[in-house]
Amino acid sequence: MKHRDYIGAKLGMWLFLFTEILLFGGLFLLYAVYRSVYSREFHLAALGLSTTLGAINTIVLLTSSLTMALSIAVLRQGNKNASIACQAITIVLGLAFLVNKYFEWSGHIHEGIYPDSPALLSRSHGEILFYGLYYVMTGLHGIHVIIGMVAIAIMASLTYRGAVSAENFNKLENTGLYWHLVDVIWIYLFPLFYLIT
Amino acid sequence: MDNNFYNTPGNYPGMFGWIFSTDHKRIGLLYLGSIFTFFLCGMTLGLAMRLELIAPGTHFVTAQTYNALFTVHGVIMIFLFIIPGIPATLGNFMLPLQLGARDVAFPRLNLMSWWFYIAGAAIVLFSLFSGGGPPDTGWTFYVPYSVRSGTNVSVAVFGVFLLGISSTLTGLNFITTIHRLRAPGMTWFRMPLFVWSLYATAWVQLLATPVIAITLLLLIVERSFGVGFFDPAKGGDPIMFEHLFWIYSHPAVYIMILPAMGAVTEIIPVFSRRVIYGYKAIAFSSLAIALFGYLVWGHHMFTSGMSDESRMIFSLLTFLVAVPSGIKIFNWLASMYKGSIQLDSPMLFTLSFIFLFSIGGLTGLVQGALATNVHVHGTYFIVAHFHYVMFGGTVFAFFAALHYWYPKMFGRMMNEKLARVYWSFLFIGFNTLYFPMFVLGWQGMPRRYYDYLPKYHTGHLISTIGSWVLATGVLLMFFNFFRSLSRGKQAGDNPWGGATLEWQTSSPPPAENFEKIPEVTKGPYTFR
Repeated sequence: MKHRDYIGAKLGMWLFLFTEILLFGGLFLLYAVYRSVYSREFHLAALGLSTTLGAINTIVLLTSSLTMALSIAVLRQGNKNASIACQAITIVLGLAFLVNKYFEWSGHIHEGIYPDSPALLSRSHGEILFYGLYYVMTGLHGIHVIIGMVAIAIMASLTYRGAVSAENFNKLENTGLYWHLVDVIWIYLFPLFYLIT
Repeated sequence: MDNNFYNTPGNYPGMFGWIFSTDHKRIGLLYLGSIFTFFLCGMTLGLAMRLELIAPGTHFVTAQTYNALFTVHGVIMIFLFIIPGIPATLGNFMLPLQLGARDVAFPRLNLMSWWFYIAGAAIVLFSLFSGGGPPDTGWTFYVPYSVRSGTNVSVAVFGVFLLGISSTLTGLNFITTIHRLRAPGMTWFRMPLFVWSLYATAWVQLLATPVIAITLLLLIVERSFGVGFFDPAKGGDPIMFEHLFWIYSHPAVYIMILPAMGAVTEIIPVFSRRVIYGYKAIAFSSLAIALFGYLVWGHHMFTSGMSDESRMIFSLLTFLVAVPSGIKIFNWLASMYKGSIQLDSPMLFTLSFIFLFSIGGLTGLVQGALATNVHVHGTYFIVAHFHYVMFGGTVFAFFAALHYWYPKMFGRMMNEKLARVYWSFLFIGFNTLYFPMFVLGWQGMPRRYYDYLPKYHTGHLISTIGSWVLATGVLLMFFNFFRSLSRGKQAGDNPWGGATLEWQTSSPPPAENFEKIPEVTKGPYTFR
């Protein structure tokens, strides 16, 4: 006998999202403290980041949240193929985000700006911490993007096989919640690192 | 009698029927076996430390080995034994039974939690025998030393990170179970108080553990890449590590003690034949302890460097935690008042719990007060205090609950006469071991030293003798535990006359827990 508890599964997912917020919370706390101690240096260091690249990534990720939400909406209307297409687009947008991030990171590393690098250590304390936080927070966020993409890929295959369907879209919806959380965290990272100049 | 979960074959044969089982009862027993093993490991390390401290001077181990001993003793006892201690073992087994449910909300997630636990444990053990050797930082992993230490800190810390995931997922599972799977008629205020305590604990597990997860990850990042968050030479601040560490690790103290309080709250009414006094006060005090527990982490750092304002606020909040704890103690005592008290082994351990926990709690106030804290901080006083709370409190309650629920879990009774014998070993041994530490600490003996001045000799000698008595008691208890599995007399469904739902099914329970999901019409402690 298999029974489904829709509300229970949703509750469990929201609880999990709380833990994710607290996981990032530790880093936001460090950011808050060091930003208040070194506010001038943080402004200075943020000049080194490309607002354009950050803005593009923000648009990419916001669009991916839209396609994620659409994939659930069309599935509930019974349009299985459109749902799979939306999920695929979401994965592609996630990939685009990561590629963009890759070029951004490698640009900085090329300039010699990475944790513990001589070029970075020669700068002020605030700038060292700013770039430390930048790498760790966007890095952890990037890992979450990858996990989200894997989860969506699994959902797409489940949708294809009919295990996720118009009657049973619970898993897809929870995956969507996770993807939106990843998006929301980026919405906070973007101004904190790119827009504070 | 034959229709019990031991006889119900799972999807896999033999051993695999256990380690791949999603039955909450089997998972509870998996945890029980695991934590027993680690408890014995931790105890052996503790005995080794006490042996080294039997007299001034170097005797059996080097200073470096001693550093590893107290670090690994702490890591094992805290992360592998006492945090999963009651919730993951007895909680897993009893929560669905007490709620009148067939299993937890997410049975497969429950199994995954155990696998995270075992993986974390394996990695922690691996760290002892590989790389730079066992970590020597103390279980708190304080920077800057933990960043510089050449020992295997990163591996051990990663193991603890996995243990944290296990604990978080267990909390998530329990909250959902309590919200969604209560039997018909079981309103929130008809839930057994053990369930209330697990509920409060689960929220702490859920909302505090991710903070230690990120803290430990940052420590690994710091060791691997030298980012500098905690390094003053790069602008960072080591105090930030202490803050992040204690934001989890103080609430974690309540992960350890709240389920213990819940367990004794089950035992007291049954063995006093009285309705619990102040049901709602006890339920809400669990939530209050969980809530206040978040706001007092700073009291671990009074001597680390904080402004006077923060120290005073943290001190005040610390005193506030004593209020809900006191509410519990007085409600337990009031429940026993004019009851017909039966001193069976569960009650004997419960009364010891109240006595020892009170000592532990009151000496906690000595440290919550700023003026005295400065003097006793980092001394044996604090070692005595937290062993009174954790061992005298949580572990004695765990033993009480083990004796109380043993008949339900295994269908047999433990030997009562032997239980009284080892209870006296445990109680006397415990006090002989830890009470002298209060005195030593007050006289100024610092913790974590492998050697000491001759003037502390008497206290250390008494303490070491106590450790042998205590260990004898523990071994006798394990002997009774395993012997009674086959030799104990048949228990029957409800040997103690309990009124909560787990006693209404057979012992051991069938795989689906209840023939028919019970309808709840009265409170959990209505004996007539």
